Amino acid sequence: MDFLPHTPADLAAMLEALGIDDIDDLFHPVPEPVRLGRDLDVPPPLDEVTLAAHMRSLAARSKGVADLVCFAGGGAYDHHVPAAVRALAGRAEFATSYTPYQPELSQGVLQAVFEFQSLVCDIYGMEAANASLYDGASAVVEAVNLAVRVTKRDRVVAAGTLHPHYAEVTRTYTSALDLDIDVAAIGEDGTTEWGAVDLAAAAAVIVPYPNFFGRLEDLATAAERAHAAGALCIAVVDPTAMGILESPGAQGADIVVGEGHALGNPLSYGGPYVGLLATKLEHVRQVPGRIAGETLDADGRRAFVLTLQAREQHIRRAKATSNVCTNQTLMAIAAAVHLSWLGPAGLRRLGELCARHTAIAARVLGELPECSIRFDGARFKEIVLETPLEAGELCGRLADRGFLVGPSLGRWFPELDRCLLIAVTEKRTESEIRGLAEAIEKELAER
Amino acid sequence: MNGPLERSAGTRIETEDFPVVYELSRPGRRAWSLPPVDDSAPTLDDLIPEAHRRTTAPPLPEVSERDLVRHYTRLSQRNWAIDVGAYPLGSCTMKYNPKLAEDAAALPGFAGLHPMCDDGLVQGALELLGTLERALCEATGMARLTFQPAAGAQGELTGLLIMRAWHTSQGAVRRKVIIPDSAHGTNPASVTLAGYNAVEVRSDERGLVDLAALEAALDEDVAGLMLTNPNTLGLFESDIERIAAALHEVGGLLYYDGANFNSIVGMVRPGDMGFDIVHLNLHKTFATPHGGGGPGSGPLAVSERLERFLPAPVLLWDEGAEKWRWDHDRPDSIGRIHSFHGNFGINVRAYTYLRSLGAAGLRAVAEHAVLNANYLRTLVTDVLPTAHEGTCMHEFVSTAKGLKRHGVRGLDVAKRLIDLGYHPPTVYFPLVVEEALMVEPTETESKETIDGLAEALRQIVAEAETDPDLLRSAPVTTPVRRPDEARAARHLRIRWTREG
Repeated sequence: MDFLPHTPADLAAMLEALGIDDIDDLFHPVPEPVRLGRDLDVPPPLDEVTLAAHMRSLAARSKGVADLVCFAGGGAYDHHVPAAVRALAGRAEFATSYTPYQPELSQGVLQAVFEFQSLVCDIYGMEAANASLYDGASAVVEAVNLAVRVTKRDRVVAAGTLHPHYAEVTRTYTSALDLDIDVAAIGEDGTTEWGAVDLAAAAAVIVPYPNFFGRLEDLATAAERAHAAGALCIAVVDPTAMGILESPGAQGADIVVGEGHALGNPLSYGGPYVGLLATKLEHVRQVPGRIAGETLDADGRRAFVLTLQAREQHIRRAKATSNVCTNQTLMAIAAAVHLSWLGPAGLRRLGELCARHTAIAARVLGELPECSIRFDGARFKEIVLETPLEAGELCGRLADRGFLVGPSLGRWFPELDRCLLIAVTEKRTESEIRGLAEAIEKELAER
Repeated sequence: MNGPLERSAGTRIETEDFPVVYELSRPGRRAWSLPPVDDSAPTLDDLIPEAHRRTTAPPLPEVSERDLVRHYTRLSQRNWAIDVGAYPLGSCTMKYNPKLAEDAAALPGFAGLHPMCDDGLVQGALELLGTLERALCEATGMARLTFQPAAGAQGELTGLLIMRAWHTSQGAVRRKVIIPDSAHGTNPASVTLAGYNAVEVRSDERGLVDLAALEAALDEDVAGLMLTNPNTLGLFESDIERIAAALHEVGGLLYYDGANFNSIVGMVRPGDMGFDIVHLNLHKTFATPHGGGGPGSGPLAVSERLERFLPAPVLLWDEGAEKWRWDHDRPDSIGRIHSFHGNFGINVRAYTYLRSLGAAGLRAVAEHAVLNANYLRTLVTDVLPTAHEGTCMHEFVSTAKGLKRHGVRGLDVAKRLIDLGYHPPTVYFPLVVEEALMVEPTETESKETIDGLAEALRQIVAEAETDPDLLRSAPVTTPVRRPDEARAARHLRIRWTREG
């Protein structure tokens, strides 16, 4: 099955207009020695009926949240995608459009992005958001680069409780640049003792909120200490917590980033997700990537355009604020629709469900024999469960019993090799939590 | 034949501003529907210390689901799309996006997978990635590939960091990466991020890399050369063998920017041209929807000698266990570049497209893309001359500088084209061509569409002489007309607030 429209008559007429006999004549600029001269060795073509069946059978060989009760976390969560969000963000007029470089033909995307930026600013307590980045990790990287440009310093301090993947991506991205990344020690309670961290000459501190263990870091103190040292405070914030937790802006953050997949986008094995980035207006000219702005058209009507483009790679080239071009606009539109669907009361209920049902999980699982909750204390939607079993193995066995949990923490924190993450979203019920507890209890009994 | 961007049925000509979602808000209205909190749960006051507790709700809009659906449906109708009409944006490869790929990506066995779960639970997904990797390596002539880069620019950075790791492993510190002056802006921006200095080489009168200038720039301080082939002028760099040899002679690596891969897929492989590192834009060549600016997918492929530097983890078929798994034990890896495994959902779509086409289908993509571009070029070249003579590949760059004597610019041509029912070509890029109009019809547009587009362009050129004001005042059929971009930057308003 191909998607080529030309009939034999079309082809003949087009070749005649070009004065050639064969399409191959058009490839004369390609030197003979580098031409392939054979068919690519790729799987044979399939018709739509056969291919649809093939895709179903391939999909059936994996198990996801439709098959297992999902308590897995670690930066990706089983949140509900409202039907209206799926329908609207899935509209082909959004999905099959290009970057809105021609504003007259792109008011839909431009305004949706403007609304996205507004909503992100509102939940984070910030003044200037961009049109999205790839994911949570790249948003952290871009925030670091922004802080380095603003402060002209070359050292950042990251909480040891930052998502290990975000920390690793930040190290990879900045490996060729003159930047020191220091890691703040993790305290006994699973948070950072910000009062004890050396912030001298730092461009920024990176504060996950909540952190990788689900715990609430003392963001206000971190921001205060950062400012005292002349550094910026980068908060890495779960947007689904913003109905119940004080905005990072109000707590002193200068740049707020986050992973936004939970707002209207499926788990999809880790992508496409959406990186959120917002900051104060004073830093807007250092923001990476696209920004939609409001203006007037030739007839005085409100219109939207891409603005401050002189920051971007297609204008500034080697001196751009970032190399980002293609971003995650469609995911940003889904996030905008989802936040509008929630409104202030829905966002609060969402946060309340996560936090309060997580508390049920902490109580129920913490009461299991030989099990405990590590890093107990103020948290949002994730807990660290410690059992007597090797955690990776336990994750596998619980999947056999119908529960998706984890990740296990030993890969990043060897001393926590009996610990795993349990996340509780608005989709999880009290009876599912009890079911998980029973499954763990059986594993303990059968060991 | 396409009509102008249609106003939605029953919508009057707009005299008022189209509302922003916040302006639909009424206190107490709601779309949300979520379960009640379990009675047995502790209260928020018990759980969240006061210092962390939200005191003022964020000022989000309060709308009904009906409001929400109408608002975003009507917004979507204020947008051009491939599913609406032709989109001949040069360098963007706006081809038709097959619908089956959307169905496939939405299957619970793909859309519902958690990225941190055991490899054993996601064998179908890993097999899909493994098969797609093999096919893309075959199509590019490379050895291995990572799916982590979410877009082309992230692929570029990944490739440049691998370039750096290679030279470091050779005990060499090199500081320069060469880029032709016709390159996309992401190339120099990525070079800077990778800690290199971008050195620009000019194009010659053929529109190709100036060999003498290149050879003069080559020395032992050059880490590599980034090349888009065919280049952004739509011309194949026919000296590619000499370029590769000269670069390899000084120990540099050749980087292939896959932005224009659509024109050679199945015909020529970057590996066979001497390239060492390749990124692909699956949202171009492999027909995944562009989403209004993203998501894309920018997998990065390398030759065998660079394999060990790929971002960890790398996909592995475990013969003994007869299972796919992620190999994290990669001591020479440059490290992770994405939160998880890249834009997996986009890769599912690209796989679906690949399985639709097969080898002959892929080659036909390149053939018809090049045919369509050349056919359109011959239909308009007498009125809108191309910047460079002769056959083009999948796109061509015309110049509208001849219209300047009528006081008409390339942008005016673009805006008038909107009124005639087509999305304009890319304007003012590449920077090396004055009043550039960069046109890429892609292989999925029909002869009628191309004939109509050519007719429209010819009409506009005629109008430039007879009625230049018509062009300068275009478009007149769109919801808004010529928004004031300078004003947007001067009176910066990038979020909605009640105060206005």
